Amino acid sequence: MPFRFLDDIATADVAFEAWGKTREELFAAGADALLSTMVHDPEAVERREETVVTVEDTALDLLLFSFLQELVFLKDARRRLLHPEKVRIAEEGGRFRLESVLRGEKIDRQRHPLVVDVKAATLHRLRVACESGIWRAVVVLDV
Amino acid sequence: MSLPPQLRKVAPTVWELPVSYKDGMLVPARIIATEGLLAGMEAGVFEQTANVACLPGILKYAYCMPDGHWGYGFPIGGVAAMDPACGVISPGGIGFDINCGMRLVLTTLTEEEVRPRLHQLVDLMFARIPAGVGCTGFVHCSRSEFRQVLEKGSHWCREKGYAWPEDLDMTEEGGCFGGADPDAVSDKAIERGFDQIGTLGSGNHYCEIQVARPENIFDAATARAFGITIPNQVVIMFHCGSRGFGHQVATDYLQSFLRVMTAKYGIKLPDRELACAPFRSPEGQAYFAAMKCAVNMGFANRQVILHRLREVFSQVFHRSPEELGMRMVYDVAHNTAKLERHLVDGTMREVLVHRKGATRAFGPGMAGIPDCYRETGQPVIIGGSMETGSYLLAGEAGAAATFFTTAHGSGRTMSRHQAKKMVTGQKLLGEMEQRGIYVRTDSWGGLAEEAGFAYKDIDLVTAATEEAGLSRRVVKLVPMGNIKG
Repeated sequence: MPFRFLDDIATADVAFEAWGKTREELFAAGADALLSTMVHDPEAVERREETVVTVEDTALDLLLFSFLQELVFLKDARRRLLHPEKVRIAEEGGRFRLESVLRGEKIDRQRHPLVVDVKAATLHRLRVACESGIWRAVVVLDV
Repeated sequence: MSLPPQLRKVAPTVWELPVSYKDGMLVPARIIATEGLLAGMEAGVFEQTANVACLPGILKYAYCMPDGHWGYGFPIGGVAAMDPACGVISPGGIGFDINCGMRLVLTTLTEEEVRPRLHQLVDLMFARIPAGVGCTGFVHCSRSEFRQVLEKGSHWCREKGYAWPEDLDMTEEGGCFGGADPDAVSDKAIERGFDQIGTLGSGNHYCEIQVARPENIFDAATARAFGITIPNQVVIMFHCGSRGFGHQVATDYLQSFLRVMTAKYGIKLPDRELACAPFRSPEGQAYFAAMKCAVNMGFANRQVILHRLREVFSQVFHRSPEELGMRMVYDVAHNTAKLERHLVDGTMREVLVHRKGATRAFGPGMAGIPDCYRETGQPVIIGGSMETGSYLLAGEAGAAATFFTTAHGSGRTMSRHQAKKMVTGQKLLGEMEQRGIYVRTDSWGGLAEEAGFAYKDIDLVTAATEEAGLSRRVVKLVPMGNIKG
C-alpha cells in the first residue's frame, strides 16, 4: 500500500502520508488511504460501478484536497465507496485539472467492515511535494 | 513532553504564552489546565492556540480548555472572541461538524428497573437510531422541506410532532439560531445531508444509557434542580451534530475563504485551516448565515433522535414517554460561532465567540438560560469515553473570564490508529460487558478507537474546570449501555 497512517499529528483525527512515482499515482494512493480510513478491508468493496470525478484547482495540494473532498461528498450523497482506477492530471495556464475514473459500490453494512466516517479533508499540514523523484503528500482527515 | 519555555503560570489553572511567543500574535494565548493535564498536552495545542491569537480582531486572549488537544486550525477546546466590527469569522474556529453537541434526557426509571431489559433496550435503540458511515435517517424529507429544517431547527421538529414544546426551552438558543439563510448554502450541502436527519454518525458520536448513583452526586441541590431526584436514576446522553450537511457547509466556505483571505482582504495566517474573512464582509456574513443553517440542522437532528428514543423506551417499558418522565435536562452546542454580550475591559459589549470543542456555560442569573436554571446556572453536559463515565455540571460566574465557556469532553490523548493497535473492538466489547456495559456497534475498529485509555481522565478534566471556576460538578453519570456508529 503506498500510504501509511501517521500517529503523531492531530490526535483526534486521522493523518496519513501517501506516495507515488507520479502525481497520478500519489492521488490514487490518497484515494486508497481515504477508503482504508472508512473500511477496514477495502477489498470488501467490490468494483461494480464506475464513477467519474473531475476537479480543478490552482495548486496541486488544493487539487488533492478537492479530489478527496469530492469522494467524501459521494460517500454521503450517493453512499458510494470507491477505489481509484485511473487518474489523469493536466496543467494549463496555472490551473490543474484532474480527471479520474473510480469503481466501487453502495455502502453495505453487512459486507463492508466499516471503521469511521470521514467528515472532511482538512488544510491543516496539507502538503504535496516531489522529493528525490517521489511524489509525497500529508493529509489530515476530520473524522 | 517539554512545555514551551515561554509558558508562564498566571493563576493556579491558567498558563499564558505571551505575544512574543510567535510572530503575528495579537493577544496572549491562555491554556486552562491543572499542572497534570498541561503536562499531557501535545505540542500542537500550544502552537494552535498561539495561531488563534493571530486572528484579526481577537479580544483579550485566545483560550484553550482543560480537555484541549491537537486538532486542525483551532485546537479542540479552542475559544476566541472577535470584535464584530473589525474581526474575522473562521470556519476553522468552529470545525467541520458544526453544532456537534450533547443532549441529556431524564427518565423516572432506576437502574434496577432498566438492568433486566438493558439488552432489549440497547438492541432496539441500535435498530431504530441509524449510526455509522453514510447512514440515512427515517425522516423522509424533500430537499425543499429540508430548507425549512435549516431555517427553523427544533421548531420544525415541533411542527412535525417530533418535539414536546418544553424541549425547545431546554435547548441552547431555543433550538434555533435566527438569521439562518438556506440561500447561503450550496446544493451539494443539501444533497449531502437532506436525508440524514435523525442519524448519529460515527467516530466519537454515541447514544448512551447512564445511571446517576448516589455516591456520584457532588451537588445534591443542583442535581435536584436538574431533575436528578431518585437514587440510581437512569438518564440518556447523546452526542452528534449536523452530519454531512454541516461538513459540506464548512468545506465550501473554507475553500471560498481561502480564495479571498489574502487576495482580497490581505490577511496572512500561519495555518491555512484558519482561513477567515472579515465578519462584516459579504463572505463573512454569507458563512455566518450558512453556519446557522448547520446549527439548526444539528438541533433538529438531536431532536428527532430524542423522539426516536422516546418511542424505544415506550415500546420496551409499555408506558408513555410522559409516564417515563423523559424530559430534557438540556442540549448544548460544541462547535459554533455566536454573537453574545460579554464584559471586555470593563464594558459590556457584543462579541463574536468562536467555540470549537468547547461548551457555552452561562452562570447563575444570566439571561439566555431557562428560568428554572436561573439560580443554578446553565446545565453543562461533558461526555467522557464510553467506558469511564460522563458529567453533568453547572455554569459558574467565574467563567466570565473565558466568555462563559468550559470544556466539552475528556479529550483524546492517543491517536485512533494507536488505540486500535492496543485492543480489538471485540475484546473491548467483552471486557465492557463484564463490567455491566452493553455496547452495540457496526464498527469493531471504530469501537477500539474509542477505548477509555485513548482519552484523558474525565474526573481530572471536570475537576480542572471546577478549580478554574468555569463550571462546578453536579453529578457523574456512569454508562450502562451504548450504541455507536
